[in-house]
Parts: sequence; structure tokens; C-alpha cells
Amino acid sequence: MQVGDTRTAVVLENISRTRLVMYAGASGDYNPLHTDEVYVTKAAGYPTVFAHGMLSMGATGKLLTDWVGDGRLKKYGVRFVNQVWPGDTLTATATVEAIREEEGQRLADFSVSTVNQDGKPVVTGTATALIDP
Amino acid sequence: MAVERFPVEATHILMFARAIGDENPVYTDPSSPQAARFGGVIAPPTFTMASSQFDPDMPLRPKFGEAWFGSAKEPSGAEITSTGRLHAEQHFEYHRPLVAGEVLKTIERDGATWEKESKRGGSLLFEEKFVDYVTADTGEPVVTARFVSVLPSQVVQQEGH
Repeated sequence: MQVGDTRTAVVLENISRTRLVMYAGASGDYNPLHTDEVYVTKAAGYPTVFAHGMLSMGATGKLLTDWVGDGRLKKYGVRFVNQVWPGDTLTATATVEAIREEEGQRLADFSVSTVNQDGKPVVTGTATALIDP
Repeated sequence: MAVERFPVEATHILMFARAIGDENPVYTDPSSPQAARFGGVIAPPTFTMASSQFDPDMPLRPKFGEAWFGSAKEPSGAEITSTGRLHAEQHFEYHRPLVAGEVLKTIERDGATWEKESKRGGSLLFEEKFVDYVTADTGEPVVTARFVSVLPSQVVQQEGH
């Protein structure tokens, strides 16, 4: 692994409302903004339900863990910059920004960005992982 | 809203992994060689969010006998239990892998608050909160989470999360 290495992958394709229900059930975040079309259109005034930010962060994590290996992330943080809607396809990209030694461990720092099908960023952030010496 | 007891269970991890679209056997198959290396399936990086299932006060879960602000046949008109705060940032620090079978608890600490002018006018109020996920018996830190939420002005409400 070298500074400048980059990987890109589609992490969620054509997101269904059922997937938002799956995420609500698994995570315990039952905010009806994410699953209740009647509430969200008639009471909350949105065009339709939208994804939990944490669904996008979770899906983006797959790109990182598939790359660095299981159980090797040290840090992972994101900002939620745009909403994700049913039908969106999310593509995540990670790039190695630095490789360093800390307390005898070799670490890689990554920048992370996930965009929708229009190239609009939905999640941007950073991660740090243990890598092989 | 600290969680006193968060049992990390393989089936819960399986459901969470399916939901985020990551069916890596290290999360979904306890009999896989990937999971065996850790002595069980491990939790994906964002799994600790699911501790809200074990928060007795979680406001965003319908509770038996209490009005719920989501719809039934029609919008209920019940008081919204959401704070109106939107999730702005989420950060995790991992002290070691989290393995199914462990029992965690949370320790919460308030962080900073700050204000920022919105590009669309009005001000955005940010609030930071730290949550330490530690083992329930010995208090060993496993994951440290930093949540940043924002209370948007009405102008930007449609743009948030």
C-alpha cells in the first residue's frame, strides 16, 4: 500500500425503501422520516422517505474493510453532506493520504468520499487502519 | 440515555450487516474461517449505533401504550419525539475488534457546542457528544464514538438528514 493508492466500489445500488426498513430494524432508529411515506409526505413535508445517514456511513465502511482487512480499522469518521433517497446508487472512494508509524504499528490514513449517481457527495470523511509492516 | 447493558449478539450483527449491504462472512457466518480467527463474528465498524435497541429511553422507537408520531391510517398528529436535531458528523475510534458474545455498556460525555452561519441564512447550532462503549464487567474501552448533531434553522431544514 502506497500514498496515492485509491479504490472505488459501488456500495449500495438502487436503494430500496425496504433497505431503509432493514436499517431501521437493525439499528433501532425508527424515525418515521426514513420509513413512513404517509408521515413524511403529509406531516413532515418531504417528497418521500430518505436514508439514515448511518446507512451511507455503514455501506461506505465496506470499501474500507474490504481493502484493509477484517478488524483493522483504528478510526473512521464522516460528515453527512447531502441526503440519500430511494433509487440512489452510492459509489465510495478511498485514497491513501499518508503512511506512518505509531507506537510500533504501521498505519495508513485514508480520505473517504461517497457520491450518488449524479456525482454529488453524500458522505465525506477520513479513516485510519493498521496495515502490514 | 446511557445504555446499561448492550449484549452484542451474532444474529443482531447479521441483520445489521445485511442492512448496510456488507455480507462479509466475518460478520454473517460464525462458522467461517474469517470469524473463527476472532472467536466469533465481529461487528462492522458502525454497529455500535445499534445499542439504541437497548436504550430504554430511545425516543425514536414506538412503545406499547404510548402515542407515536408516525402514521397509522393517517398521520397521528402525536407530539414529535424527535429533537429536530440532524446527524451532521459521526466519528469512531476502535480500540480493538468487537466480538459477538461480549456485553458492553455506554458512558456518555458532553462535548463542545458551536454556532455557524448557514449559507442559506440563519444560524446552525452544533452539539458534540462522546460515547464510550466499554465492556460491562471490566470497563475496558472497545469503541469511542463522537456524535455531532445540528439544529438547523427553518431555512435549511429541507437540506438536512
